[in-house]
Amino acid sequence: MARFDFRSLPAIWTRELIIFKRYWPGVTFTAILEPLVFLFAIGLGVGAFVDEIDGMKYVVFVGTGAVATAVLFSSVFPGMYNTFIARVFQKVYDGILSTPTTTAELMVGEATWISARTAVYGSVPMLATIPFGLSPRWSMLLVPFTCFISALGLTFLGQYISGVVKVIDSFSYFQSALLTPLLFVSGTYFPISGLPDWFGTVSNVNPVYHCIELVRDSCFGTLSWSSMWNVLALGMFAVITGTLSIRTMTKRLIT
Amino acid sequence: MVHDPALAIRNVTKRFGDFTAVDGLTLDVQVGTCLGLLGPNGAGKTTLMRMITGQTGLNGGSISVMNFDVTSQSRQARSILGVCPQQDNMDDQQTARENLALWAALCRVPRSRRKQVVADALETAQLADRSHERVTNLSGGMRRRLLLGRAFINSPKLVLLDEPTVGLDPQVRSDLWLMIDRVRRSGVTVVMSTHYIEEAERLADDIAIVNHGRIIARGTPQELRERHAGLEAVEYFGPTDVLDEIAAKAANAGLKSRRAGLSISVLGVEKVSSELLASLGRHSRRPTNLEDVFVLLTGEALDG
Repeated sequence: MARFDFRSLPAIWTRELIIFKRYWPGVTFTAILEPLVFLFAIGLGVGAFVDEIDGMKYVVFVGTGAVATAVLFSSVFPGMYNTFIARVFQKVYDGILSTPTTTAELMVGEATWISARTAVYGSVPMLATIPFGLSPRWSMLLVPFTCFISALGLTFLGQYISGVVKVIDSFSYFQSALLTPLLFVSGTYFPISGLPDWFGTVSNVNPVYHCIELVRDSCFGTLSWSSMWNVLALGMFAVITGTLSIRTMTKRLIT
Repeated sequence: MVHDPALAIRNVTKRFGDFTAVDGLTLDVQVGTCLGLLGPNGAGKTTLMRMITGQTGLNGGSISVMNFDVTSQSRQARSILGVCPQQDNMDDQQTARENLALWAALCRVPRSRRKQVVADALETAQLADRSHERVTNLSGGMRRRLLLGRAFINSPKLVLLDEPTVGLDPQVRSDLWLMIDRVRRSGVTVVMSTHYIEEAERLADDIAIVNHGRIIARGTPQELRERHAGLEAVEYFGPTDVLDEIAAKAANAGLKSRRAGLSISVLGVEKVSSELLASLGRHSRRPTNLEDVFVLLTGEALDG
């Protein structure tokens, strides 16, 4: 297999940038609006009944959790849909792979682009929570980085799923059976400490959980050495899903 | 002085399950020539093209492009290739210019030269005035011209054209032939697959007839005609039973013939007397063509 050449990435980003320039209003609207709906509907709606969680206002708890919602939606879905459409419907990847670019470079190029975008989208719910009582602090500047590294693994997961399915309709299985549980058993809307003990153990393999932990620790100034475990877990998740994505896509694209 | 070939294919095999798409194929293409791969649909032409770009793996044999092995040095091989695929794979929501600029970046054209090569490619494709049009709004012929222009953007040493004019009307086709001819004359090596006889005859210096994943004949158009079909043919028209009779008589006289609907062509007739031909019925005389060769060798007609 050819050595990974980072010089291929700018060309992949160029393609994404051209597409983004054309579609950014729609993409951005969806990416920002959905988590905000969660923030207001659940944060304020449920917040009317639940006053505090772990000593913080419920809306602040949900607002910081909504960062992970934004990260999940802005990474795994483009990973699934964009990759499937470009590969199967437009055959664009077939063209790209006839140039001096490899499947690995193509997948990594797209994932890093989507993750960079997610770093911005993911930070929006956090900023939107500030007027509701989240106090700004310097460590919040780490949140975009958390979003980036979380999105990397999740985008690769999306790419992998897009390589596994035969038809685009099959995505709904993954949405219901994988993505929804990832979101709800992560501590977004309620602390997982309220769930049976084994959920806590299982959540360690959930990247969304690690994302939320890091985001809350950055927002509340509670970062510690144990946060390194969250970073490491997200890193490992990205390496595993990245490997799966590249392998599956190579199988699909190189006959 | 003997040069290494631009493309060297040695005993290459590709199987998809039980189906053998390319079957021990060997082929050399000399630098600066245009090779026409002539064969019916499903003969293995596209598979061969994809093997050259490293997008389809080899089950056996080897391929090298300008001495770069396509398995172990695929990136180097692809960096000197230009590819015009059979199936249009442009980003159709992007403009013509954006597609070309992206391609220049993907092909590692140095940043300082990209603007120029994009402008040149637009000029070549005669799309300079439509450069800001999204590809989806371009006609079929314009898209093809753009796809061809894109294939030349990195000044490739070897250009692969997979059915470059398939499905286009005659006017568009001859425009594209002009484009291909210009590139060919500039000394670039071209490998072009086609199932249009006229395309192969007009553009190719050399022709390889492919069927069932093998090369079954190779030579210049004239050599192939002379070797397999003779110089001249006569055509008879009539009902099937009459044509059957003519076929039998021609065979008795040692002549090859081929049927096409309600006509039959008797080949290599320069060797026999005109009395014999007249005795078979009213006929018209014509030079033999590659289609005669193709049908004789494969037993299959080329559509188009």
